Parts: sequence; structure tokens; C-alpha cells
Amino acid sequence: MEIPYTVEAHPETGLNNGKIGIWLFLTSEVMLFGALFATFIMLRLGSDGNWAAMQAEAELNIPLATLNTAVLIASSLTMVMAWASLMRGQLGRFKLFGWLTVACGGVFLVIKYFEYTAKFEHHHYPESSTFLAIYFAMTGLHALHVIGGMAWNAYFTGPGSKLFHTNRQWLTDRVEHSGLFWHFVDLVWIFLFPVFYLL
Amino acid sequence: MAEPVHASPAHDEHHHEQSFWRKYIFSTDHKVIGVQYSVTGLAFLLFGFVLMMVMRWNLAYPGEPIPFIGSLLGENRAPGGIMLPDFYNELGAMHGTIMVFLGVVPLAVGGFGNFVMPLQLGAPDMAFPRINMISYWCLFLGGVTMFASFFLPNGAAGNGWTSYSPLADIALNGQTAWLIGMIFLITSSLLGAVNFITTAIQLRAPGMTWMRLPFFCWAQIVTAFLLLLAFPPLEAAGVLQLMDRVANTSFFIPEGLVVGGEVVDRSGGGSPLLWQHLFWFLAHPEVYVLILPAMGIVAEVIANNSRKPLWGYRSMVYSLIFLGFMSFIVWAHHMFITGMGSVMSTFFQTTTMIISIPSVIILSALFISLWGGSIRYNTPMLFALGFLPMFGIGGLTGLPLGLSAADIPLHDTYYVIGHFHYVVAPGTLFALFAGVYYWFPKVTGRKMNEFLGKLHFWPSLVFMNGVFFPMMIQGLNGVSRRLADGGITYDFAGEVAGLNRMMSVSAWCLAVAQIPFIINFFMSIRNGEKAGRNPWNSTTVEWLAPSPAPHGNFDQPIEVVRGPYEYSVPGSDKDYVPQAEPAST
Repeated sequence: MEIPYTVEAHPETGLNNGKIGIWLFLTSEVMLFGALFATFIMLRLGSDGNWAAMQAEAELNIPLATLNTAVLIASSLTMVMAWASLMRGQLGRFKLFGWLTVACGGVFLVIKYFEYTAKFEHHHYPESSTFLAIYFAMTGLHALHVIGGMAWNAYFTGPGSKLFHTNRQWLTDRVEHSGLFWHFVDLVWIFLFPVFYLL
Repeated sequence: MAEPVHASPAHDEHHHEQSFWRKYIFSTDHKVIGVQYSVTGLAFLLFGFVLMMVMRWNLAYPGEPIPFIGSLLGENRAPGGIMLPDFYNELGAMHGTIMVFLGVVPLAVGGFGNFVMPLQLGAPDMAFPRINMISYWCLFLGGVTMFASFFLPNGAAGNGWTSYSPLADIALNGQTAWLIGMIFLITSSLLGAVNFITTAIQLRAPGMTWMRLPFFCWAQIVTAFLLLLAFPPLEAAGVLQLMDRVANTSFFIPEGLVVGGEVVDRSGGGSPLLWQHLFWFLAHPEVYVLILPAMGIVAEVIANNSRKPLWGYRSMVYSLIFLGFMSFIVWAHHMFITGMGSVMSTFFQTTTMIISIPSVIILSALFISLWGGSIRYNTPMLFALGFLPMFGIGGLTGLPLGLSAADIPLHDTYYVIGHFHYVVAPGTLFALFAGVYYWFPKVTGRKMNEFLGKLHFWPSLVFMNGVFFPMMIQGLNGVSRRLADGGITYDFAGEVAGLNRMMSVSAWCLAVAQIPFIINFFMSIRNGEKAGRNPWNSTTVEWLAPSPAPHGNFDQPIEVVRGPYEYSVPGSDKDYVPQAEPAST
């Protein structure tokens, strides 16, 4: 049995099911990270002015985080290029940019790994202060999202790309939807970076 | 039928022939998933009820050995059959959690929403059938986790269904299992919510405009939005509490917390109030998740059995949407006694008074819908009619709790328990029973037995009130709702402490009153009176499908031409005109 509007757009909404689904999912993600940012605000306001001291003690690595920001922004660019290549029907270029996107995610995680281990070497653990606790909670959850987005993209770039030969439109839509998620994950980092490292 | 179909060239022509596992276990058909959800929900409702019946023993006969099962509970729960207070706490916490997250929500949203809504929309299935399947199995894993936590060395979570920190942060292992279970349940609800909304937007049959949607579908849509937007903050809070427990962080632990006479070795700096805010930001909308689908079911049953259109359909729909919106800004009325300040209290008691208006509009519209109808008193209708005054009592007793001044003396008493249970037990549960009796023919092709149905309804109505009304009396006398012995050690409980026995006996009788339902349920699957497509002479689209409906639902194209409740239309040859029946020329 075929579900209507899986590929073709609904005449009234102008969207297919997947597009609506991914946007709804992203609204729930906004609420998830929104609650964590609200937690951040509550902890900071309730810290009796100790926040700056806790932040200084944590010694977050601003140059590495800046590099990571650049890596993620680059991956958003390659994500769009991958989708645009599919729109033009260029499977080879799609695969190139798709794997580049996954690779950027990998580079981000490797840098994040070095950041985390540097913290642990200095005995900065989540239990050390509420600043480090919310730092590890939010960046950790964000890293899980990066892993999820990488898996999603890797599937469509690898085995899922067979769909190109049978239903190109469907594959293009799916890549667009995974791209929306990827951009969202990117956007979360754009908020995390100043909140933890710069403010 | 249990034999898997072997792949062979001969079977290639039969695309729809699926193995047993694909057809009944890992099915992507919304109807099968709806039944899976419903059966799981009903089973957990029974289990949660059993937990409460054991608790009620200790409330009525504190310090006396529990009969029959006391010796089976083990020395660490009930030495010599006498319940320990810690075990009472476990039962209380798990009763709340199971009833809300594993009983009512799976049945009302996962079960009825999944089964009925696509049929009412005229859709062949949900928009994302595989996500639908995953959503059920997440719920199942969450249920298994919760159930298994009883067998941990230190027992299940015992910190209330609200799991307030810092108590829950420093409690024993059960709480960790609770949090892991909740993360499964939340994931399940999120996936379901995305699916429901997308289905309602995209898969309505031609002609099914928004204002032709049955009220039940509207209730499910608003509910799905509540789940979608309110659950993630609890997921965040759950992750943070899990970190507090396993990574020794201090999100919810203030500085200098003393436990057992010693200062806890944590960095501190966290806020117990933060947990309450995050929890109630979910849990207040959650209350509407429990009640809105119930209102939807009652609206369908009442329109059908009063043979009249719903009175004020549009205002009901607008009230529903307003209710959904407002439910996000009333959460802190659960926190009046936390000392968050009178400015906050004023804001939240104002929004709370405002949110009562749409609820009253919906309830009034349902009452007025009865006026002048030729009412059929069948079992679904009896339960729907029972819902109206019971929910009315529940709602009206909530008003004093919404005003911060009145809430302060009432908050920690049985009055709150009585209020909430009137909303959810004889309220929502009666509506859910109405739904089971009403849609049973669509699921199985057979009706449930009317006599057994009435034998289920009347005692249930009496004993429900027998359980919950005395709680109001006790609460107004100031009996605390957190005492394992029912308050007999306190002088002020004095004369009302005796009501505990009445409530407990009522609860056990209520259990006996469910036996006709259980017999009826299983007996009717095979031996019930055969029902055609439309046994209730109903107008909505689900009754145009065969009973039981095949994969893909409809055997004819559906084109909706009129509103959902065209009953007793003057000049029509029968007293109902189905939504998708072409206009007679």
C-alpha cells in the first residue's frame, strides 16, 4: 500500500509528508534545547555571581571551539552543495559533498574529543561545578545530535543512494530533510559557542 | 496462523500476504499498532490498579499483614507481610507513573488515536507507518524497564510520580531505572506526535475540511501538539537528573544539602525549583493530554447516541485550541507552596482561572447536546454520560487549588488526590471505557455484550465515588496525602481516618466490578453479536470501512461532502446522513 504524498507534494499544503514531519520534529528539538538553555539561565542567575569564576576555572579552549565552529559552518555548506547536486542530477558530486559533510562532522567530533580529554586531564569533570555540568550536558547532547546527523547522511550518501536510479525525487527530498536536521544541529552550536566560550 | 509464510515464487503474486511477525507483531498497520497500544495500556491500567489496591490495604489497616500476597512480597518490602513505608512509597510512585504514562496515554492517544483517527480522516494509514511501529516499541521498552525496576535489589523508584529533586537525586537505584524508562516513553510520544499531526495535515480525504473534522480528531491534534512541545523539556530534565545521579553533578542540588546529618559531597549550586519548573512544564500539559482525548471520545459517543449534532461544534473546537495554548502557561500553579513568590503566583493563578473557561465551554456544550435528543442508553452512552458529572466534580474542585491562597492549606492533603482522580479516574477512564465499547465492533467486527456492559458501568460508578469522594472530606480536614498509614497517628485525622476503610473496600469492590468488563472483552472477540460496517448508525467516516477494516482501510473512494454530525436531518429518510454519502438528488 502506498501512503499518499510521500514523494509528491500535497496540492493544498504544497509539502510532502516528510517535510512536515521534519519541521515538527525540529520544533520539539527547539523545546529540548530551549529547556536546557533555560536551565543554563537559571543556574547562572542562581550562582550568586560565581559564574565568571567557574567559567574561568574551566579554561575552555576558545581557539579550538572557533575552529570547530568553522568546521560545522563548512559542513552546512557542503550539505547544501550535496542537495543542489542531486537537484541537478549529478550523483557523483552528490556523493562527494555528502561524504565531505560526514567527514566535517567527524572532524568536529575529533576536536571535541581533544577538548573533553583536556578537561579530564585537568580534573575538570561534570561534577566539578554547575558551569561544567551544564557545559558537558549541552555539548554532549549536541555531539549526540552530530553523530545522529552523520549516520543519517552516511546512510543516504552510501547505501541509500541506490534510490537515485529508481526514485530520484524521493532521494532528493530525503537529503533535503536530513539537511534541515543538519543545519539545525549546526545552529544549536552557533548558540552554544558564544554562550559557553565567549559570554 | 502462527506459521511464517515462506518466501517462494508462488507467493510473489500475493503482495499482501505477510508473515505472522510482520502482520501482528512488527506491523506497520495503524490499526494493529492501535490495538497493540490499547492492549498494552489496558494491561498497565490493571497493573497500576493492583499496586493501588495493595497500598489501600496499608491505609485502611496499617501495621497489619497484607492478606494473600503479603508473604510473597519478600522481607525487604513487607517483613512478615506488614508493608514497610519505603515499599508504600514505591507503590505510590509507580502507581502514578504507570497510570499516567503507561496506562492512560497509550490507551487514549496511542490506542484510540492510532486506530480511530486515520479512519475518521478517511486516510489509508498514518503518514509514517514505520515510525508508528518504532513509537510503539519504544513505549514497550519503557514499560518493560518500569516493570523490571520492581525487581532491582532496592526496588523501584519511590519518589512520587513527580520525582522531585533533591530527594530523587540521592535516592536508590530504582530512580535511575525510572529515568531510563521515561526517556523511552518520551521518545515514543514524540514520534507519535509528529506522526499524528502530519497525518491530520496531509492525509485527510478529499472534502474533509478542517471544520468537517470529527471533534475526536481535533482533540487528538491538539493533544499531539501538547506532547510534541511539552515532553522535550521533561526529556531535558530527565537527562539532567540522570547526570545528577550517575555523574555526580549538581543541577538540582543546592549548596550545603544535609542528608542523614552530613553535608552531601557535591559541588552544589543547583536548584530544586528548577526540576519542578521543568517537570510541571510537561506535566501540566500532560493533564490535558489525559483529558482531551477523553473529551473527544465523549463528544463522538454523545452525538451518536443522542441522535443530534453536537451543540456548538465550532466553539468547542476553538475552546480546545485555546485550551491547548493556555495549558503551556499554567504549570506553576502546582508550585504555589514552594515559595516562588507572590508575583509568580498571581500570574499563574490568573492564567489558571482563564483556562477553566474553555473547559467549561466544552463541558456545557456536551451537556446542551443532550437537550431534546432521543437518547439511546447503551453501554458506551452510559459511560459517556457518567463522564460528564464526574469530570464536572473534578474540574470544579480544581478551582480552589488554582487560587494560591486556597491552595496553600489544601495542597498537601488528600483533597488534591481526590480532585485529580475525579478528573482522571471516573472522568478519563469512563470516557476510555465508552470508547472501548463504542469502537470494539470496528476492531473485531463484533459488539460487546450489553448486559455485561451495564453490569460493569453501574457498580463502577458507585465505587469510583466511594473511593474518591471521601478523599475530599479527609482533605478538607487536613489529612496529609503522603502518609503510609493513612494519617491515624495524627490527632486531626481523628474522626475522618475511619473513611480509609470505606475507600479501601470501595477500591476492592471496584476491582470486582471490572471482572464483567474483562470477561466481556475476551468473550466478545469470538462470540459477540456480529456487527456490520455501521452498527451504531453513525455519520463519521470510520463506519464506512468494513469491520474489521483491511490493510489500507477503505474498499471505496472516500469523498466527504458534509459535516461530521448530521443526525436527525429534517426531510432525510433515515436519522443519520454519513459524511461521505453523496447528496441525494
